[in-house]
Amino acid sequence: MTLNHYLILSFILFSIGVAGVLLRRNIIIVLMSLELIFNSVNISLAAFAYYLKSITGTVFVVFNITVAAAEVAIGLAILVAVYRTRKTVNVEELKDMRY
Amino acid sequence: MDIWALLIVPLAAALIITFITRKRAELSSYVSVGAVVICFLIVLPYFVRMLGNPHFEHIEQSFLWLDIPGLMVEMGTIIDPLSLIMLFIVTFVGSLIHIYSRNYMHGEKGYARFFASLSLFIFSMLGIVLANNFIMIFVFWELVGLASYLLIGFYFEKPSAADAAKKAFLVNRIGDFGFILGIFVLYYATGTFNFIEMAHIIQAGNVSSGTLGLAALLIFCGAMGKSAQFPLHVWLPDAMEGPTPVSALIHAATMVAAGVYMLARTGFLYAAAPQEAMMVIAYIGGITAFMAALLALGQSDIKRIIAYSTLSSLGYMVMSVGVGGTGAGMFYLMTHAFFKALLFLGAGSVIHACHTNDIWEMGKLYPKMKVTAVTFILGALAMMGIFPFSGFWSKDEILTSVFSSGNYLLFGVGVLTAGITALFMTKVVAVTFFGEKRYHSHPHESPVGMTIPLVVLAIFAVIAGFAGLPGLDPNFGTFVSAVAGSAAAHAGEHGAHAEHHFNYFVAITSTIAVFIGIIIGWLIYSKKSIDNNAIAEKFSGFYKALQNRLYIDHFYDRVIVAGIYNNIARLFNFIEVYIIIHFVLNGIAYVTRQIGKALRLTISGQLQHYAFAMVGGVLVLMIIFVLL
Repeated sequence: MTLNHYLILSFILFSIGVAGVLLRRNIIIVLMSLELIFNSVNISLAAFAYYLKSITGTVFVVFNITVAAAEVAIGLAILVAVYRTRKTVNVEELKDMRY
Repeated sequence: MDIWALLIVPLAAALIITFITRKRAELSSYVSVGAVVICFLIVLPYFVRMLGNPHFEHIEQSFLWLDIPGLMVEMGTIIDPLSLIMLFIVTFVGSLIHIYSRNYMHGEKGYARFFASLSLFIFSMLGIVLANNFIMIFVFWELVGLASYLLIGFYFEKPSAADAAKKAFLVNRIGDFGFILGIFVLYYATGTFNFIEMAHIIQAGNVSSGTLGLAALLIFCGAMGKSAQFPLHVWLPDAMEGPTPVSALIHAATMVAAGVYMLARTGFLYAAAPQEAMMVIAYIGGITAFMAALLALGQSDIKRIIAYSTLSSLGYMVMSVGVGGTGAGMFYLMTHAFFKALLFLGAGSVIHACHTNDIWEMGKLYPKMKVTAVTFILGALAMMGIFPFSGFWSKDEILTSVFSSGNYLLFGVGVLTAGITALFMTKVVAVTFFGEKRYHSHPHESPVGMTIPLVVLAIFAVIAGFAGLPGLDPNFGTFVSAVAGSAAAHAGEHGAHAEHHFNYFVAITSTIAVFIGIIIGWLIYSKKSIDNNAIAEKFSGFYKALQNRLYIDHFYDRVIVAGIYNNIARLFNFIEVYIIIHFVLNGIAYVTRQIGKALRLTISGQLQHYAFAMVGGVLVLMIIFVLL
């Protein structure tokens, strides 16, 4: 297992995440895809930290996970609120933020 | 440290009156009078000591005020014979005028404000006199300008007074602009603001004469504004809108003489400046002296007549400095301070009694106001320069220095001016105090608080000239030549200008001119064997021109104010309204709004469009990054 393997894994996960964000209609899936992007970055950070013998990357990973947890909590809370008022989770129907 | 008290006490008085005792008029006047009398008492021992020993080492005290890299500015005081003479004049005449003002201004609205401004003036004036460097003198120079503005505009509800104050301020700005440029030139050439250091550098011959000439003329611009020299003289006659004691103190005895004092203080510069620059100064002085004397003839307002005579006297002093007779100029400054303050206070006393400024509505006041009349006549005699009054000695010294410098044209102008001065002073005295009765009210002698300053000033107006008596040692010239930083003080010996030889030709010529003036004045205005109106009709064009101040003020109004100033104002108005507001400001707002309208269309509200744009953008950046 070299660094490249981890980076390729990270790239695949990142691409799946981007595709999910761009293509899926269900906003919960979009949110999950975002988490996937997050974690792909975490993998590459951890891999770099391991191969470069530096603790910094590992520290960032821990931070990222913490922030992501907080973000997910807020994001889901907003989604619940949106669903209660609009009765839908389809992103294409949530398009009122415009002129 | 008692020298610093000279500045602190009057400033404190001004602040105390403004912030604490403003509502209590009587108390305010005591604060102000007290401050100036304290200053006088501080100056007096120094002055007496100087009289005993004119060659004493000058005292310089200073502290660093501003210290930024490449620029060090100090605040400092210098005590030498020159500044002591001026300190004595300012505090002594100032004290008398303060006392006089307590009665003259009694019951005026703004009595406390008047005294606060007077104290501010004393503070600023003492600052000019004490200053040991150019920055400090400039700062206080502007402060006297402010005090003068406040006092000219004392009756600010009167439009003419407000206009006069504005005029004085603006005209002085023109001169001060030159002044500060001159300071920059000198700093650039010598690297210091300090007078004494600068004097040593210039005396060492390290500055080119072209630079010195430029600096001398630029610095002279400052004196031209403050001492009201042609062509910046127009503000002084209008400044008579202020209360009469102000005219006496600021616009006759002290502030307007500050220009001459400054020229004497920077005498090292003028001693080294090229002859051409000095000739410009001498001729400007000569023109001012002669023109102002002519203008005085055409006036009938008693204060304006004396104001024009002040202009004429200032021209005399400047002419004297221009031909190298700085000592003579300072001597005239001193005697002038006494007799001109006396004349103004006398005029104030008359105005106080008659409630008018027009001499044709006075007449035969002598029996009613004997003290005022006698002191006024003494002042007039001193002004004309009759032997042995003070004006004789000082005027004679100026004319001698002009004569011995070989400028016979200027000498002729000086003698002629003396004659005209005698003529219009005779007119004032004859028309105001003698002749038939023309007043309507019931004039009476002024209260003691006003007549005592008159009497004291009259004594000095008579005897002050003996300070410069030729042959007396030490006489006035000795003191002035011992000015700090001058070559003479440096060598510790008598300078060349200190030796004043009495010249009988000069004395007799000027005396004859004066007597001709008096006789003509007497024939016209007292004996009436020459008809006043007939002359006026015969030379009607010239007479009208004189009454209209030779149209110089009209010229400034029409050409400079209406022609140039208003067009510049119009141009700036155009630039402001059309270019800055309509084009730049409204243009920016318009463009921003249009861009916003266009960009608004790209906002769909679709979350995934934004995400797509973001990802696409990153991809484009990546492609660019890889390709390059």
